[in-house]
Amino acid sequence: MADRMADRTTGGARGAGTGETLVRGGTVIDRTGSRRADVRVVDGRVVEVAEGLDPAPGARVLEAGGCVVAPGLVDLHTHLREPGREEAETIESGTRAAALGGYTAVVAMPNTDPPLDSAESVRNVFALADQAMAEVAVAGAITVGRAGERLAPMAELADLGVRLFTDDGDGVQSAGLMRRALQYATGLGVILGQHCEDRSLAAGGTMHEGAWSSRLGLPGMPSEAEEVMVARDIALSRATGGRVHFLHLSTAGSIDLVRRARAEGVPVTAEVAPHHFTLTDGCAAGYDPVFKVNPPLRPQEDVDAVKAALADGTADAIATDHAPHAPELKDLPFDQAPPGMLGLQTALALSLTELDLPIERLLALLSWQPAALCGLDAAHGGAHGGPVEPGAPANLCVIDPTATWTVDPTALASRSRNTPYAGRTLTGRVRHTVLAGEPVVIDAEAQR
Amino acid sequence: MSPFPTHLLSMDDLDAAAIAEVLRVTDSFAEVGRRANPKVPTLRGRTVATLFFEDSTRTRMSFETAAKRMSADVLSFSAGSSSVKKGESLRDTIETIQAIGMDAVIIRHSSSGVPARVAEWVDHCAVVNAGDGWHQHPTQALLDLYTVRQSLGGGDEGTDAFDGLRVTIVGDIRHSRVARSQITAYAALGAEVTLVAPATLLPPSLEGWPIAGVSHDLDAVLGDTDVISLLRLQAERGSGAYVPTMREYSAGYALTARRALQLSPEAIILHPGPMVRGVEIASEVAELPSARITDQVGNGVAVRMAVLFLLLGQGTREVESHG
Amino acid sequence: MAERERSHTRPRGAVFVPRVQVMSADDVRRAITRMAHEIAERNRGLHDVVLVGLQTGGVGIAHRLADTLAEVEGADVPVGTLDVAFYRDDIGLRPVLPEATTDITADLTGATVVLVDDVLFTGRTIRAALNALGEYGRAQAVELAVMVDRGHRELPIRPDYVGKNLPTSRDEMVDVTDEGVSLGELVGR
Repeated sequence: MADRMADRTTGGARGAGTGETLVRGGTVIDRTGSRRADVRVVDGRVVEVAEGLDPAPGARVLEAGGCVVAPGLVDLHTHLREPGREEAETIESGTRAAALGGYTAVVAMPNTDPPLDSAESVRNVFALADQAMAEVAVAGAITVGRAGERLAPMAELADLGVRLFTDDGDGVQSAGLMRRALQYATGLGVILGQHCEDRSLAAGGTMHEGAWSSRLGLPGMPSEAEEVMVARDIALSRATGGRVHFLHLSTAGSIDLVRRARAEGVPVTAEVAPHHFTLTDGCAAGYDPVFKVNPPLRPQEDVDAVKAALADGTADAIATDHAPHAPELKDLPFDQAPPGMLGLQTALALSLTELDLPIERLLALLSWQPAALCGLDAAHGGAHGGPVEPGAPANLCVIDPTATWTVDPTALASRSRNTPYAGRTLTGRVRHTVLAGEPVVIDAEAQR
Repeated sequence: MSPFPTHLLSMDDLDAAAIAEVLRVTDSFAEVGRRANPKVPTLRGRTVATLFFEDSTRTRMSFETAAKRMSADVLSFSAGSSSVKKGESLRDTIETIQAIGMDAVIIRHSSSGVPARVAEWVDHCAVVNAGDGWHQHPTQALLDLYTVRQSLGGGDEGTDAFDGLRVTIVGDIRHSRVARSQITAYAALGAEVTLVAPATLLPPSLEGWPIAGVSHDLDAVLGDTDVISLLRLQAERGSGAYVPTMREYSAGYALTARRALQLSPEAIILHPGPMVRGVEIASEVAELPSARITDQVGNGVAVRMAVLFLLLGQGTREVESHG
Repeated sequence: MAERERSHTRPRGAVFVPRVQVMSADDVRRAITRMAHEIAERNRGLHDVVLVGLQTGGVGIAHRLADTLAEVEGADVPVGTLDVAFYRDDIGLRPVLPEATTDITADLTGATVVLVDDVLFTGRTIRAALNALGEYGRAQAVELAVMVDRGHRELPIRPDYVGKNLPTSRDEMVDVTDEGVSLGELVGR
């Protein structure tokens, strides 16, 4: 099962990860701690981590003075759109955006066309991602066609290395089916991820149901639409022992439920998206669909709860839910436009700018914790999130925590432009990204 | 007095002074409407486009009549006609209109917020919201205000008569753009607005709404109101699912003949139309002298002429050098 | 006052500051009496005469003329009011609202209309008034009575009855009230 992963960790398939690269002058921060050190990378692996290293003749030098050198970030939740919606994004453009955002691995969501519910479709994505600028792992669908009726062939997909399954885009509506899926998944040792949205409560809602939706005359999705499914799946997890990972939690109620469940020892985990700790439902006041997303932007109380979840460990990861949409779709009237926002290039900077947490904690949320959750870390034969030490695969990001930059939608690597942060000045920027020894981003510029 | 806004997207765009200005200017246009030849050359050479994505012959004709009476050229685009092809994006349609050269575009759409978005895309073109989804229908509220002012005998008094006026709005508030506009409009002039509806037909949140109160019991408030404004159950916007049956709705919330008797003698009855006789209003009640429904329709043209005049006649063109 | 025809928009909050009074209240009264006599002399019998005062400066003068005609000739001359805001040739160039409504109840077909205004300046207001009058029937004749003719005509318009000819410079303003006529300036805040 780990064969696929092993191929990638050597970087041999690419070739550009050969030779020596020296990351000089930075402060290495990983889950073992923080220390001033240079990092020497040879043939795709870290070989030396110490102060005052000199580059070998012919080595590439990546200057990292004043920067943090960390394991590459891992995104649990990316929509690469290929196959099926290449006008919005491709694996190539999406992974370029990921690399620019400091990510060395992303988990591709299965709501492509065709959906990732078969061995063939998953193999196809792996093939398409062979030369990608970040490692692409896949989340398989829980049900065939993501239709919520029959279980997808999870064992077959698990044999290909798939560790996370979700019908994201939708939640599994039937409690009975979800319970069966959990039991089956537990036997396989894989995790089910849930996009919590009860369709009968969400019914046609286009934004959070509350004071703003009432004033703007837009149908709303009440917080309960998310919370009833969170509560249900906690109960099912408790009953079956199966692990449930909650995608993009957005309400205080959901977070409370998860906090209490974890205190009891129920095996649930959770991720949150940057837009849910930086934006509120009032952003929809101008009816600009760039602010339309599922789950929707919520009021300040929920934003505060999401931040608290990141601070106290209720949330295990920050995941972007990068969701590109072609510009003409985001020009539709608010209720007709598809929900979703770009996220790969802004997640790190938003976390640094808006969250009052030490960088070690942020890196845990962005790198090694998500890596462990989806099985991309060394413990599962993967190559991401692990300590920067001799012998480790060289998947690194170099971050300048004080650089300021302004978000320009036309300058992003994505094929789409739907970022809600256009014009916002952020602090913190990825300077270099190294993928399996290859510098794919140097001085904030993609190398291919 | 602050300048009139560039667009009329919502009653929130108009403060009390601007509303008073609209009503006062409407008086002049009402006089024009009474003439044998109800036409003035005020907007000659200007082009006004109506862009109706939702069917509404009455409102569209009212706007078009208003524009024509001011000698403007009128172009009509309606959904389903060949000029608005299915699948052509809204933005492309707006760009076509801009290229032809419009001074004003009057939009009705089933999605809230469309006029606001269009206003961001156009240049030197005034946007008038003729109704967007559940959100706003400002000219309807303005003509309701004008009708009430007429009934109160407020010609020269302007809008003082609205201060403390008790207004009751009954019906499907949740899905009603007319209600949202009316509430803002009446409250801006100092009236006290009470909403009456079953709980499922109220908006999810009334936080920040400038209302005096909410009631689920129509009979309890009937005797204490000066104006009663009835809303139609918006079946096409899905309101039917919010009440068990039409019969149950009518039993609780229709203005029947019996209920009309409980109104004070000076109270006036308004309905934005079209009426569904027997559901929210009894046929015989619609014919009472206190029901000002036909006045509302008649006033619509004059109010819309005033709005177009204030949007287009206020220095929106480039100023030529002037001796 | 002829600020309808000022070449630029009145600055918000601007006040008229008088510099010199050119006609006293008595001068105004005598001018009205004289003009009433001239109207009566020119339109023997006053049968078909209708006075139409332009909003708002001409309305008071029209009523005073009618009162004088009633006193002196025993004639009951109808008075209408006319607002020309919708007929201006500079609509959309600067903000001007109707000041009050038009109220002309008689059918003007065959009538001799005497337009009455306080100040005659460029002539554009009168031209707009002539256009507006057309909506109320085909008058037999239209005459013009003004309290002050201040020159600077831009159109071929001439008054039939004048209270006072007053040479002015373009930037000055003329203010006509029952208390008299003053020359002055508009001063912004």
